[in-house]
Amino acid sequence: MSDAQKYWQANIRLVIGCLVVWFAVSFGAGILFVHQLNTITIFGGYPLGFWFAQQGSIYTFVALIFFYAWRMGQLDRKFNVDED
Amino acid sequence: MTNLQMWTYGVVGATFALYIFIAIKARASTTGEFYVAGKGVHPVLNGMATGADWMSAASFISMAGLIAFKGYDASVYLMGWTGGYCLLAMLLAPYLRKYGKFTVPEFIGDRFYSQTARVVAVICLIVASLTYVIGQMKGIGVAFSRFLEIPFNYGLFLGMGIVFIYAVLGGMKGVTYTQIAQYCVLIFAYTVPAIFISLQLTGVALPQLGLGSVMADGSGVFLMDKLDKTLLDLGFNAYTTQKGSTLNMFLLTMSLMIGTAGLPHVITRFFTVPKVRDARATAGWSLVFIAILYTTAPAVGAMARMNLIDTIQAESIAPDTSQNLKIDALPAWFTNWEKTGLLKYEDKNGDGRIQYVGKNYTGVDANGKVIENEMIKVDRDIMVLANPEIAKLPNWVIALVAAGGIAAALSTAAGLLLAISSAISHDIVKGIIAKDIDDKTELMAGRIAMAGAIVVAGYLGLNPPGFAAQVVALAFGLAASSIFPALMMGIFAKRVNNVGAVLGMLSGLGTTLVYIFWFKGWFFIPGTTMAADTAANWIMGISPGSFGAIGALINFAVAITVSSFTAPPPEHIQHLVEDIRVPMGSKGAVDH
Repeated sequence: MSDAQKYWQANIRLVIGCLVVWFAVSFGAGILFVHQLNTITIFGGYPLGFWFAQQGSIYTFVALIFFYAWRMGQLDRKFNVDED
Repeated sequence: MTNLQMWTYGVVGATFALYIFIAIKARASTTGEFYVAGKGVHPVLNGMATGADWMSAASFISMAGLIAFKGYDASVYLMGWTGGYCLLAMLLAPYLRKYGKFTVPEFIGDRFYSQTARVVAVICLIVASLTYVIGQMKGIGVAFSRFLEIPFNYGLFLGMGIVFIYAVLGGMKGVTYTQIAQYCVLIFAYTVPAIFISLQLTGVALPQLGLGSVMADGSGVFLMDKLDKTLLDLGFNAYTTQKGSTLNMFLLTMSLMIGTAGLPHVITRFFTVPKVRDARATAGWSLVFIAILYTTAPAVGAMARMNLIDTIQAESIAPDTSQNLKIDALPAWFTNWEKTGLLKYEDKNGDGRIQYVGKNYTGVDANGKVIENEMIKVDRDIMVLANPEIAKLPNWVIALVAAGGIAAALSTAAGLLLAISSAISHDIVKGIIAKDIDDKTELMAGRIAMAGAIVVAGYLGLNPPGFAAQVVALAFGLAASSIFPALMMGIFAKRVNNVGAVLGMLSGLGTTLVYIFWFKGWFFIPGTTMAADTAANWIMGISPGSFGAIGALINFAVAITVSSFTAPPPEHIQHLVEDIRVPMGSKGAVDH
């Protein structure tokens, strides 16, 4: 497999990993399993499912994008495809 | 002139002076500057500009109100309008920046080597952006007429005039630097009242934490528990529990996310940074700046609802209504908002006091009669606009909210108008009608298109079509079902060809439009609905606003199937795709 293909595969793996987390915190914790999670409360009065839906998912999205950008920077350098 | 009006004129006037100053400083002299600010914007600053671009009058004025009245169910907007940035960062923005052209339809036209694809994309872009602009115009008018007490149309003309100056002169360059200033104004205006109110109610300064804290009244009860209990006692739905169907929430969130990632005025902002890695970073910074408002909004919503109920019901629950708000002693904000028609009451039982209860309320008064709700209309926009007044905050805070609302509406309107004018001058005039015009002529065409777009948007703002409220579903439906899948397949699916892409876009778009029109009327003309717009009639309970995700799925399926039966894209297109997949070799500020 060529370097270009390896780079692209590593990229796809990273994106899939990030999107799994993206899905889990919003659609998973915020919608599909919200009732189960609401039986737990955090930070005092927040039901956990409600917190994910209105706070936690957004914080996770921010962290995910920066993680992705950092990892992609590493991959760019490793495969010598970065801009400088 | 009252003290409040003086503050409002002062604050709004100062922000306008700032915007005009920036307009004069940041004039555009090439098409590169006019369309993409010369690709020289720092990612952090671009993140701020994207935040202002994205957060519209709806985010600033309406969203907290939506949360206040829908509670948990409004989470779809919070997640939907932020989660799309993950998709942008990982699936679209870096690659489109690498491609390095000026507009979204241009990429679609080049990648699928098809003028038809480009034209379909232009039409989607213009319809989605124009429908979106109408709401901004309304927001500007409302802010002016309530806070400065000048007629709606004067407010609108003033707003249009300001946008005209910096968008026509500066294009993307002027818009970007004004949006940065507008972000600062709007975020300050949003968070200051929220901090005040959070301190009042819970003693915690950070609204994000205040929402999960104990009430400051010494009762030791958590704010959300108290809100749930009060709402249930008064016959409303509980705040933290789910009311709508799970499937619909799921699909609406997905549609809003995909739609966000497919809205051209947002995508274009990623073309303005120098490098591919800046495009990735921009997405992160954009979401940081957006998240500051979006994580504050749930606190504003819940606390505003709490304050509103407390003001009217004064903590008392019928049959004892002797503490309720007296009609001959209404607070000033109440009568002021009543004048705008956003707030209405009717003393149904003639006791001289107002009762504010929900549909499920069964309490009776002294005569054994069930107490009815007397707050006939509480417009959701009030929850942000009147919030500082309800909480009795100082006048300068109230003036700030007016300036913030106007900043949010102006910044989004400018971004949308820019997307429209670029599509007209670059994709239609330069791309199709007059291919050999020089840079100067194209720049002039861009300015004329911008001026024309402002006039059309102003006209629609003054004479809003009856369907103005329905169009948000349309804008997101179009972006989700046509633009996002086409862009994503353009990058990730090398095998998708011109026929597949065009048929995919048309079928995604077609099914979504038909589904929306079926329940909302053909082209929103009243009386042409095929079925009543109720959950019982929707296919599997999917609301028209949630259908964009299904439309996107149809688009993907059709495009991939058709492509696999037709000839693969030519060699040079496959090379193009391989080239945009690596950051190396991205071009800096170039004019082409």
